[in-house]
Amino acid sequence: MAKGRVSIVVERCKACGFCVEFCPTHVLELSSAFNSKGYHPPHVVHPEKCSGCDLCGMYCPDFAIYGTKASVKPPDAEKAEKASGGEK
Amino acid sequence: MKADPHGVLTGIHFIDGDHACCEGALAAGARFAAGYPITPSTEVVERFASRVPTVGGCFIQMEDELAASIALQGGVWGGAKAFTVTSGPGFSLMMEHIGYAAMTETPCVFVDVQRGGPSTGLPTLPAQADMMQARWGSHGDYEIIALCPNSPQECFDLTIKAFNLAEEFRVPVMFMMDEVVGHMTEKVVIPPADQIEVVPRKHTRKSIEDYLPYGTNGDLVPEMAHAGEGYNFHITGLTHDERGYPNMTPQTQDKLVRRLQNKIRSATDRICLFEEEQLDNADVVVVSYGITSRVAQRAIDMARERGLRVGKLRLITAWPFPDKKIADLATRVKAFVMPELNLGQMVRELERAAAGKAKTIAVSHAGGGVHNPDEILNAIVEASRC
Amino acid sequence: MLNIMQDDTVNPVEPFLRTDRMPHIWCPGCGIGTTVNSFARALIESKIDLGSLALVSGIGCTGRVAGYVKLDSFHTTHGRAIPFATGLKLANPKLNVVVYSGDGDLSAIGGNHLIHAARRNIDLKVICVNNLIYAMTGGQTAPTTPGHATTSTNPYGTFEPAFNLPHLVEAAGAVYVARWTTFHVRQLSRAISEAFNKKGFSFIEVISPCPTLYQRRNKMGDGLDTMKYYKEKSKIKHGAPTSEVGLTLNGEIAVGKFVDRDRPDYQSMMRAQYVESLGERYIEEAETECVCG
Repeated sequence: MAKGRVSIVVERCKACGFCVEFCPTHVLELSSAFNSKGYHPPHVVHPEKCSGCDLCGMYCPDFAIYGTKASVKPPDAEKAEKASGGEK
Repeated sequence: MKADPHGVLTGIHFIDGDHACCEGALAAGARFAAGYPITPSTEVVERFASRVPTVGGCFIQMEDELAASIALQGGVWGGAKAFTVTSGPGFSLMMEHIGYAAMTETPCVFVDVQRGGPSTGLPTLPAQADMMQARWGSHGDYEIIALCPNSPQECFDLTIKAFNLAEEFRVPVMFMMDEVVGHMTEKVVIPPADQIEVVPRKHTRKSIEDYLPYGTNGDLVPEMAHAGEGYNFHITGLTHDERGYPNMTPQTQDKLVRRLQNKIRSATDRICLFEEEQLDNADVVVVSYGITSRVAQRAIDMARERGLRVGKLRLITAWPFPDKKIADLATRVKAFVMPELNLGQMVRELERAAAGKAKTIAVSHAGGGVHNPDEILNAIVEASRC
Repeated sequence: MLNIMQDDTVNPVEPFLRTDRMPHIWCPGCGIGTTVNSFARALIESKIDLGSLALVSGIGCTGRVAGYVKLDSFHTTHGRAIPFATGLKLANPKLNVVVYSGDGDLSAIGGNHLIHAARRNIDLKVICVNNLIYAMTGGQTAPTTPGHATTSTNPYGTFEPAFNLPHLVEAAGAVYVARWTTFHVRQLSRAISEAFNKKGFSFIEVISPCPTLYQRRNKMGDGLDTMKYYKEKSKIKHGAPTSEVGLTLNGEIAVGKFVDRDRPDYQSMMRAQYVESLGERYIEEAETECVCG
């Protein structure tokens, strides 16, 4: 069970690559998908390595990504299960 | 509301226009001024610097007029009534921020004690050559109100009026003095505070969720909030919508700029103040403002002694120009005579408003002194022969 | 095929943003948004009362920060954020006033106001995002552009010496002077928090990429390349003499807290002077409500 998870606000992303580069455990990569502005947002490729340090969130110039510790449970715990790994 | 007695120096004084203007500001509730020294206006802020620490408030001499003209607006948004004082060269520097005040609808007063120009000109001598600049000096379409006192007493009374108009319409008001009115010493009567009417800031009573910085509820003047009250509002000089957010489209521009214009133009009945005398049977009407109106009075009296039917219209409000009054008079008189301490500025407005229905004779003066009453008398005589 | 998180956790900086205006106008790889992130986190860390916070910016890319933060914010005229902020602070001393603007706005057209506010030690927290260029208007030379850079107004290369901003503001009188880059997100946040806890004129310079103009014209790669350059070439030099922290085109970037000293701020000095001269007669704030009625 990962110590943290990443949340991505796809529509805000401008694919600068900061989060991918500065994630200490290389959880992210830019995806091949597009958002509506034509940018490739990041996606989680190694969810199990996420520590929830939120460095991605601190670096993001677009407020498009943030990390939270897994111990912070959202109201809907089942949604969190789905969110921490699978594809949409 | 009534004036705050702490700022009202009730009594009979023998002071000059600059000093009286400062007292007017204090009586109106001004508790913040940012200034920069420039002859012949400096005494206004020197007095304010001396008075305000014992009344409650703050004065700061800024590093230049660019700073002064925007610092006062920071003071307004911080919750004070604020003003600055300058003359020609400083007025030119302040133009961008006059536009900013008009665009953000910041209520404030800019005092210009006019002196000979252009450029450094005649620092210690009068002129009235900033009148067009007061109206059009900043870029873009915007409206201002301009008042012209002609005595130290009016420097007191009309400064209060200037602040009141600024608050009522959320607009920068230009207080157009001149070096003579500023430096002449006369009796100034300052009444008790409870006899002075002061217009309060149009502060919103809405909740934080409902408040829109530029929402207008049917009235053309939006409600204000101050920084630090929790409203989290945004103010910008960019073309903005009711939320105060930049919205740079022709549609938003049209809506905003026309409202700023209508805000003033729909209220000219309330804003256009003037003094009139014997207009009913007049053949000639002398239109004047500021110190020139005092010289004109002498010329008018001399003309009447010769049996000429001369009316007087003294502009107290120069901007907006009293179009309706002039348009009406133009149908009933032969000619207007307009002496000004400039080479013809407000007389262009007079001509425009008269629309050719009456002749307009300008009595120009390059500045540096006041007219000789004979110059004005000659013009009146010439006008009466039209 | 995207892992999109749809959960109920909220980005901690979300409450500080005007989310109805997102996405913002800054370019991909521009560092201004990152500085806002650090700023928001400093607000959280320092537990500052947001109701008493006001943010003032000037014109330029960084000037747009005022429009994106959910605070009492003022987007003023070019170069004049500092005097506006001075007026705000003097009229309401309880406000915590932040000036958030760019290198051109603060040191060129606003240079005079910068040095006077530092001289006076007005209690302002100035965050100067320095992307070494006039970005918003298309990449013209700024007083901070290093020599031999290509800009739109120096198409054959700049040759003027650039301002060393920490040196300038220290000489003018600032009590807190620090420089970080957008790579140093944590240190920047901490510096902003420190500035909040200090009375007087604080100046935090943040070196930031302008990938669209400065970096592109100088063939320095994109925002990410620049961040890597910051990581590689920055050297933390706390307490370094500010005369030695000037920047060059591709050289070392001295970062750290250079100045942290104590000097009475403008309002304390004003108060002390009036009390000494006027004694009991000094009234600091109007006792009666004379504005709103």
